Amino acid sequence: MTLAMTSGLIVILPIAGALFVGFSSKWPNVREGFGLITAGGLFGLVLTLIEPVKNGQRPELTLVEVVPGIELALRVEPLGLLFALVASFLWIVTTLYAIGYMRGHHEENQTRFFVFFAIAIAGAMGVALSANLFTLFTFYEALTLCTFPLVTHHGTKEAKKAGRVYLGILLGTSVCFQLLAIIWTWQIAGTVDFMNGGILAGTASNGVLSVILVLFVFGVGKAAVMPFHRWLPAAMVAPTPVSALLHAVAVVKAGVFTILKVAIYIFGIDLLGVLASTIWLAWAAAATIILGSLVAFTKDNLKARLAYSTISQLSYIVLGALLANEWGIIGGGMHIVMHAFGKITLFFAAGAVLVAAHEKDISCMRGLGRSMPVTFACFFVGSLSIIGVPPAGGAWSKWFLGLGTLEAGQMGLLIVLMVSSLLSLVYLLEVPARAFFSSPREDVHSGKGIHEAPWPSLVAMVITALVTLGLFLNPDPFYELMTLVVFS
Amino acid sequence: MTQHLPVLQVAIPLLASAVCAIVRNARIAWLIALATTWTAFVIALNLLFRVQSEGIISYALGGWAAPYGIEYRVDLLNAFILVIVTAIGSVVIPFALKSVECEVDKSKGSLFYTAYILCFTGLLGIAVTGDVFNVFVFLEISSLSAYALIAMGQDRKALTASFQYLIMGAVGATFIVIGIGLMYVMTGTLNMADLAARIPEVRANRTIPVAFGFLTVGISLKLALFPLHLWLPNAYTYAPSAVTAFIASTATKVAVYVLLRFFFTIFGIAFSFDIMQLHIVLLPLALIAIFSMSLVAIFQQNVKRMMAYSSLAQIGYMILGISMVSVTGLTAGIIHLFNHAMMKGALFMALGCVMYRIGSVDISAMRGLGKRMPWTMAAFVGAGLSLIGVPLTVGFISKWYLILGALEQSWWPVVVVVLITSLMAVVYIWRVVEVAYFKDYPDYDCKPVCEAPLGLLVPTWVLVATSFYFGIDASFTTKIAEAAARTLLGIGL
Repeated sequence: MTLAMTSGLIVILPIAGALFVGFSSKWPNVREGFGLITAGGLFGLVLTLIEPVKNGQRPELTLVEVVPGIELALRVEPLGLLFALVASFLWIVTTLYAIGYMRGHHEENQTRFFVFFAIAIAGAMGVALSANLFTLFTFYEALTLCTFPLVTHHGTKEAKKAGRVYLGILLGTSVCFQLLAIIWTWQIAGTVDFMNGGILAGTASNGVLSVILVLFVFGVGKAAVMPFHRWLPAAMVAPTPVSALLHAVAVVKAGVFTILKVAIYIFGIDLLGVLASTIWLAWAAAATIILGSLVAFTKDNLKARLAYSTISQLSYIVLGALLANEWGIIGGGMHIVMHAFGKITLFFAAGAVLVAAHEKDISCMRGLGRSMPVTFACFFVGSLSIIGVPPAGGAWSKWFLGLGTLEAGQMGLLIVLMVSSLLSLVYLLEVPARAFFSSPREDVHSGKGIHEAPWPSLVAMVITALVTLGLFLNPDPFYELMTLVVFS
Repeated sequence: MTQHLPVLQVAIPLLASAVCAIVRNARIAWLIALATTWTAFVIALNLLFRVQSEGIISYALGGWAAPYGIEYRVDLLNAFILVIVTAIGSVVIPFALKSVECEVDKSKGSLFYTAYILCFTGLLGIAVTGDVFNVFVFLEISSLSAYALIAMGQDRKALTASFQYLIMGAVGATFIVIGIGLMYVMTGTLNMADLAARIPEVRANRTIPVAFGFLTVGISLKLALFPLHLWLPNAYTYAPSAVTAFIASTATKVAVYVLLRFFFTIFGIAFSFDIMQLHIVLLPLALIAIFSMSLVAIFQQNVKRMMAYSSLAQIGYMILGISMVSVTGLTAGIIHLFNHAMMKGALFMALGCVMYRIGSVDISAMRGLGKRMPWTMAAFVGAGLSLIGVPLTVGFISKWYLILGALEQSWWPVVVVVLITSLMAVVYIWRVVEVAYFKDYPDYDCKPVCEAPLGLLVPTWVLVATSFYFGIDASFTTKIAEAAARTLLGIGL
């Protein structure tokens, strides 16, 4: 099998998996078995691409030419591979987790859930491997549409309302800004292919290119740069595995990944450095970082707090892209990985608390650490990574991002990063601190009768927590991929 | 044989309609209609491929050479229109069998198909002919039969809707015939190519601009351009489902074709756009149509009416593309003729399935249909995505060219309007989606509703599939549209 075919298979496999899952809805065990097998197979396929890509190969696959010059095409390059690796690996873990969660929480319509889940992964893989803006946009929109049924899974009034916000902001920004930017790019550059060094340099005045950059940054609503962030907290009405995989990994990372990709392969680092809007957008991202953290403080609902933390952390990556230097890009790419593992652990833990103790609010989690030690230990590890301190992987990405701000000569931005880390330290560590050190509430539950979450969920959580620690010791595989992106 | 195809395109359905009127049996009439539309479809495809390979086909009716006799003249543009009309006609007929049994009085069954084929004939005739008076004649054939078809709707309001359409349509047709008459007075010819050659000599005379004015208003009435659109929402809402699906996807498209033919081919771009400045009239009207009609669509309670208003907005898109008078703009307009026919046909047919099962297309009656009629509602969502313009659907292709055309001209406000109105499409489509998928089916209704029969579903899904197929691989349609646009503008390939 050629590498190009592998890349095609990566996009198709989850869809095939979705079909199998759909047909085996009567037998939950078989259905989940198919889910796990597909997820494992997908990760295996992505793994086979690493070596060739490191050796400089860039497999390409044209699926169809839609109109002359506009192709639906895939191209494997290091940044996309990095995203695909993270998303496909975490899909396995999340499937495992979801089995425990969905059954433990007695959710309805589980088959529909797993089907759309798999299709969403196909969308994320498509975004990761897309060869041009058109393909990326296609999968980006597909990802929005097929996650809509997941967000509105419960079908309640609240879910419907959240679904409207979700669809409204994501479709609205992508259609009004991103699509416009893409067609504009096509008009002035005559191509929308991702190329090393960018395609826009010298095609139009810097003023026009600045405007296009603004359209791209705000047009990628999935990156949740304020003021287009409201969809992310709204989407938290979804079942926790959805929040975990989609709103810590696949969907949001598809957003920041798009921004990185546009920055590197459409504008090019050199061009970004001279555009007037770059620094303004960087400060917009910085504002999102600080505001997101501040809002997170005010949230007592654990998932809402994590949502705002995600908004803040996503802007780290946007900021990294807009620093317009190698370290910023490397930091941004690494942060996709580190934040994914850290945040998914946090979401897993939040879901475990919900399933086992039926608690959503942080103030009600006092003393739960005694009955759910593993869960809160994992939460602690995840928090460390988000904060960016050793021994968790997040330390590395923040290190590189910090280097990037210095390289760009922006001390102000460095201070923003530091302050935000401090803020996240407080709002995240409050949770395990309460759980372990406060005395249990006596009125509702005295700790009796509450156990850890079902074992599949627990195993999933421990895996991601361990990987988070492991990434501190060995971030090299991802660092190498990022150096290939920057120095090729 | 094959050299007679242009006339057979019209003659076969014309004769078939007469046979239909005689047989008086709905089933047999349906079979005749089926055979006719499919034959016509094959002929149209054949003509399209021949035009693609051999260039313009000219056919002298009765052997009388143009400009004395009537000429049928097929180029890429009208070959494309023929394919659209016959394709929709032949997909709707299988759908009509059950739908018409349910919605139209049994005794009128065979007459329904007679009128249907007559309307079909008229539309094909308009497209295929190279003679302006012939255009008028066929226009009347298609309009009169359309009034009859609309009047067959279940609701008594169908009668007033039909009457409203009749008055407006008659005014439009009169304006058109006055325009044609004035041109004839000045040039002494009715042949399109001949007219195109002679008009420049006489255009200084005030009669020609007057003819131009009459034609503009008359054709705009027929294609329901804002503010001459008032007949359309009622006609689409109260007509039988099969009729709405057919007329919405073909009649206005053919009227747009007439507009292109008169103003680009006959009057020529120099006269129409440099001297008469037609685009200055069309552009604002198109923009108002797109915006206001999308807005009105959002607030409709009857989904068929919602789609009717959406059609008015979509007609605005076509006129917008045309008013750019550029290759990209015209390509956008022409390709949207095809694309919109596919998606709106699918949407109206999906609504026909709903009508068949629950006897209403009020949004409140569609509660819980996502579970009860999964395939129907999936078709509605699929075609709806196309209307919104999601990538890999035909709607996206249209939008792409339209925005590209506007960018080329640096028409920023236009770009904004197009983008915002495509979001408004999300709003009205999603209103239906929310009701169908999030509300529970009313319990008090003891009669369980199940999925529509295959006879209705299959044709619906054929159009949905087409609207995805030509969204994924649009090279066939875009090539034709672009070549047709270049011909109209007189720019070589």
